[in-house]
Amino acid sequence: MTTTTTAPTTTQVPLTRLTGVELRKLADTRAGFWLLLIIGLATAATSAIILGWAEDEEMTFEGFFSFGLLPSAVLLPVLGILSVTSEWSQRTVLSTFTLVPTRGRVLTAKIVAGVLIAIAATAATALLSAVANVIGRPIGGDGSWHIDSSLVWQGLLLQVIFVLMGIGFGALLQNTPLAIVLYFALPMVWTVLGSMIKKLKSAAEWLDINVTTTPLSEADMTSGEYARLGVSVAVWVLLPLAAGAVRVLRREVS
Amino acid sequence: MIAVENLSKRYGDQRAVDDVSFTCEPGTVTGFLGPNGAGKSTTLRMICGLTPPTAGAATVCGVPYRRLGNPGRRVGVLLDASAQHAGRTGRETLALAAMTMGLDTARVPDRLAKVGLDATAARRRVRAYSLGMRQRLGLAYAMLGDPAVLILDEPANGLDPEGIYWMRGLLREFADRGGTVLLSSHLLREVEAVADRLVVIGGGRILTQGDKNALLGAAGTVVRPADPEDFDAVLQKLDVTGTRSSDGTILVPAEPEVIARAAAAAGVVLLELRPAGAGGLEEMFLRLTSTGGNR
Repeated sequence: MTTTTTAPTTTQVPLTRLTGVELRKLADTRAGFWLLLIIGLATAATSAIILGWAEDEEMTFEGFFSFGLLPSAVLLPVLGILSVTSEWSQRTVLSTFTLVPTRGRVLTAKIVAGVLIAIAATAATALLSAVANVIGRPIGGDGSWHIDSSLVWQGLLLQVIFVLMGIGFGALLQNTPLAIVLYFALPMVWTVLGSMIKKLKSAAEWLDINVTTTPLSEADMTSGEYARLGVSVAVWVLLPLAAGAVRVLRREVS
Repeated sequence: MIAVENLSKRYGDQRAVDDVSFTCEPGTVTGFLGPNGAGKSTTLRMICGLTPPTAGAATVCGVPYRRLGNPGRRVGVLLDASAQHAGRTGRETLALAAMTMGLDTARVPDRLAKVGLDATAARRRVRAYSLGMRQRLGLAYAMLGDPAVLILDEPANGLDPEGIYWMRGLLREFADRGGTVLLSSHLLREVEAVADRLVVIGGGRILTQGDKNALLGAAGTVVRPADPEDFDAVLQKLDVTGTRSSDGTILVPAEPEVIARAAAAAGVVLLELRPAGAGGLEEMFLRLTSTGGNR
């Protein structure tokens, strides 16, 4: 034990190291571990469903991949929510922020970790889809390997958008059940209102994230569709992230 | 070392911490004493940059805590042993801290063993830990980065007598090697055995501070004035703070003769005047605890 001898460096904890820590935190609790496992199993299940019940011509790499993205698109955001809210509910912010007092860096590391896990999920889905495609051929599947490259990027974008939205909701609300419920309910309520009330219809086209993200699963999005997506992402992702960051930076830890 | 200068924290009208100043030197253990709700934890949180102070400042190793680049290597902090993720194992909790500080996680099992958590306990999730085990984990966590300063909030909470004895040895050894220790407690007896200096806080204000032996030796004088209001003038003249208790007596940190002369000069009638004796600090402390820190 050294006490007075060496004065360790005062350099900041590098962001790469912090991101590694945050990635590990996503999987080292029971909740995180099971969530990741369920996402994996559900993704495998999507391939199984196609193999078992879909028409032969639907058994293509593109078919497996597009359907396979669904479980992670729905559940990865919950992991994003948990990565922020569990710090407050389990009160680990006390130790997290005493080891890294620059809170913005912790939040940045969580965001980077979220993006990385979205990329990893997309890659894993592609891998699973390839395996399913190989299995599909002998049982009469089309087995085509053709995939429009735009679908890969758009699929990845979809994952990233929803994970960041989850982190944004988590940072803003800092309460696990509340953040999860509102994350799923608010966009749904908006969708219902948008379809019921005529006056909201044109606004919903720009602001309903369920509507604006739909073109992501179709090849070659148009610039108009990107513009609508951008507006809704600003409202549902960037706004909660910014407000959440302010709240994380300001909130007193006790 | 730790330097606290005129720290204050206000929540609305309530002054949780009011103009608190003290320093902790290397090689010493400072006991931060006060009843529940006296402002100990708030003060410690302000030192660690978790709570922004309303006024004043604190530095650790000469720098505000938030500007310590990798604080875990300089300062070990244990503010609440329960504030660990219940779903992580003890070993994982320390491994994450080691990674954050840029240390090899290989040191983790050894550090856990040092605080009395064996391999079986290390594999268990924190949810299954008793409070005593969590305190031990918290101590291992605080000392993981080989810091020069330790800041501990009620570390003896939940420890059995043997555990308290062990912790005293650990802290004494740490200070004897040149380390700085600041530990809070609401029990005088708990810190009396290990502290070199005492800082006593009540109602957010520092009531007394100094060398432990000096404080225990000359704990003051018990005074019962006929009219407490008149006596305030005497206290002001002596430039000391009295501690009022519910039975109408006031503990004054001054010699009986000094008080008697000042009271006589001011024409204040005293009904009782006696040295508080060796148990005076404890008595004062008990009064504070029983009256909830009201002055």
